[in-house]
Parts: sequence; C-alpha cells; structure tokens
Amino acid sequence: MNLGKQFKEGLLTNNPVLVQVIGMCSTMAITTSLFNGLGMGVAVIVILTLSNVIISAMRKIIPDKIRIAMFIVVIAGFVTCVDLLIQAFLPALSSSLGVFIPLIVVNCIILGRAEAFSYKNGVGASFFDGIFQGIGYTAVLVVMCLIREFLGAGTFGGGILNGGDGIRILPEQFPMAMLTLPVGGFLVLACLIAAMQWALSKSKNKEESK
Amino acid sequence: MITNLLSITLGAILVNNFIFSQFLGCCPFLGVSKKVDTAVGMGIAVTFVMGLASAVCYVVNEFVLLRFDLAYMQTVAFILVIAALVQFIEMFLQKSMPSLYTALGIYLPLITTNCAVLGVVLLNVQNNYNFIESVVYGITGGLGFLLAIVLFASIRERLVFADYPKAFEGFPIALVTAGLMALAFMGFSGLKVW
Repeated sequence: MNLGKQFKEGLLTNNPVLVQVIGMCSTMAITTSLFNGLGMGVAVIVILTLSNVIISAMRKIIPDKIRIAMFIVVIAGFVTCVDLLIQAFLPALSSSLGVFIPLIVVNCIILGRAEAFSYKNGVGASFFDGIFQGIGYTAVLVVMCLIREFLGAGTFGGGILNGGDGIRILPEQFPMAMLTLPVGGFLVLACLIAAMQWALSKSKNKEESK
Repeated sequence: MITNLLSITLGAILVNNFIFSQFLGCCPFLGVSKKVDTAVGMGIAVTFVMGLASAVCYVVNEFVLLRFDLAYMQTVAFILVIAALVQFIEMFLQKSMPSLYTALGIYLPLITTNCAVLGVVLLNVQNNYNFIESVVYGITGGLGFLLAIVLFASIRERLVFADYPKAFEGFPIALVTAGLMALAFMGFSGLKVW
C-alpha cells in the first residue's frame, strides 16, 4: 500500500475522467456552477469510498459470475441513501442535479473501480483508492465548473456565494452563454483531456531522454 | 393524445436529444462510434432495451413499488430490472445473431450501465408518463440515440484523414466533433408541436 503513489494516480496519472475517460456523462452535464460540481463531487466521493470498502470486504464471498450484479446492488443501495439525504437536507442541490443523483448508480467510475481495484485489493487500500479517485473526479468537476462558469456566465461560485448568484467577474454583456449549454461541456472537456494528453506525453518524453 | 405523443417523439429525437442536450449515454456514444456498422448495431440494441425497460419498469413501479409504498426503492429496483433484461438480450443474441453479438462485444453488458436506459426510466417516473407515453418516450429516446451515434460514427470515420494537433488525438477530437454536433442540434430547440 503506497498512499503517495495512489494519491498521484487518482489525481493525475490515472485520473478517472482525464486519463481513463470514464464517467463523462455527469462530468459534462452538471458542471455549470461551482455548487453543482462540489455537491456532485462530494456525493461521488462518499458513495465510491463506501462501495469500495464494502465490495473489497466481501470480495471473497462474492461468486465470480454474478459479481457485476452484486456490485450494482451495493452501489444502488448507497446511492439511494445519499439521494434521500440530499433530498432531505439540500433540496436546492437535489433540484439542480435532478436525475443525475440516482444516475450515480451507472456512473462508470464507481463500477469501474469496483471491478478494477476493490475486487482485487484489501479493505484499507480500497478505502484510500475510493477517496483518491473521488478527489480526482471532483477536481476535474471543479475545474470544469470554474472554466464554464467564468466564461459562460462571468461569475464565480454560483449557487454558494453572494446569495446564490455568484460573484460577478465579467460584466454582463461579455460572457459566452454557449459555454453553459451542452456544447460547452463537450468543448471544455475536450480541451482538458487534450491538455492532459499533452502533459503526459511531455513528461514521458522527458523520462525517456534522461 | 396523438399530439401529446407526437411532441414526446419530436422532443426525444431532436429537441431534447438524449446525448446532445441531456448528456445521457455518452460512454457508449464515444466508445462504440469508431465504425458505422457497430454504431448501428449498438443504437438498435439500446433502442430495444430502452423501449423494453420503459415498459417493464412502468409495470414494476405502478403495481409493485407504489402499491406497497416502496417508492424509495426505485433506483435499486429499476437497475435490477435493466440488468436482467440486458442479460436476457445477451443470451438471445448469442444464440440467434452471433455476428452482432461479437461486434458489440464488451459494450453489450455495458448497456446495463448506460445512463440513457436508467435515465429514461427515471424520467418517465419524474414526468408522470402513463404506460403508452413511457414506451413511446423510451423508443423515441433510443431512436434519438441511434440517430446521434450513426451521424457521429460517420463523421468519425472521416476524422482519420483530418489534420489536428497531436494532443487532440483520440477522445478530445471526438468530443470537439460531438460538441459541434450538439451546437447543430441546438437549432431544433425552437421546434414545438402545438
């Protein structure tokens, strides 16, 4: 168990969104304000960590053939809990994320980590894997929210700061509303993945030339 | 009734296309769109599953979950129904259409985790659709997915000859293409059945 390495993998070199390219639906759909991004990110961290721990604790008794169904049931259970909690305590978040909270069940990140990591590793390692991969996902969400909100609406911290309107940075006539629409989701994510590929290939070249 | 169904159809295929305006089903959309043939197969399979899942989940929701006051179990029940349906279709295809089965490969079981399928079922409940509306929404939503993935695959086949920065290779350029298509689909947003 190597925490530093796991952390670096989750955040950068094996980032779920930018490198493994999974869990993109929610990434592109809900990143229109910082509030949405943070809320979704925290929900995923909690669910991912809990399901990772439970699945890795049960990995020896889960029959190989029906493991996917078992994973989904475990994940769906936690998602339902989190969904009900959000509905009860953060109704604003619940209405702005809408159908995307129950859809965390089919977020490939959680099922992907269950299959690729926690089904093969111990409880402790799976716990930290859940947290770090979740943080990697949240980091991408937050970056996308910041970019799309700044360029698309000209504000910062929408939904949280300044009574929910966010702090205005660009005057109202300048922002490109296109970026808060679906188009912006595709384009901003494309640029982020491209930047990541560029950075990874550059650091790889550096290592090779040494 | 008929205009209602028409507006659901128009909405699901063009105005609120599952991929370009609701971001449901992006994983198979980007994963299986390298060739037009497999894209068509995937689109048809998803349409079929979405229609069937809408019907079965409507029955389950109406006659089991609501009757016994178990509405909070919706997510769990729906995903189980979908998983069972996909498993069934997989066995059926393996026996009767092995070529399509091998072409779809890993993406067939992954329809279970296609957010478009669970999404359409949850949206049916959220919009209070009745049985016929649910089935129509499921099938037309699938047709919208089919349209999007086939158009996207045919553009992507030509991308091989395009000259773009090396960092954009693979997913980024595909996402840019999808973004431009989403922009085009935004043009439908004023469309309405009166």
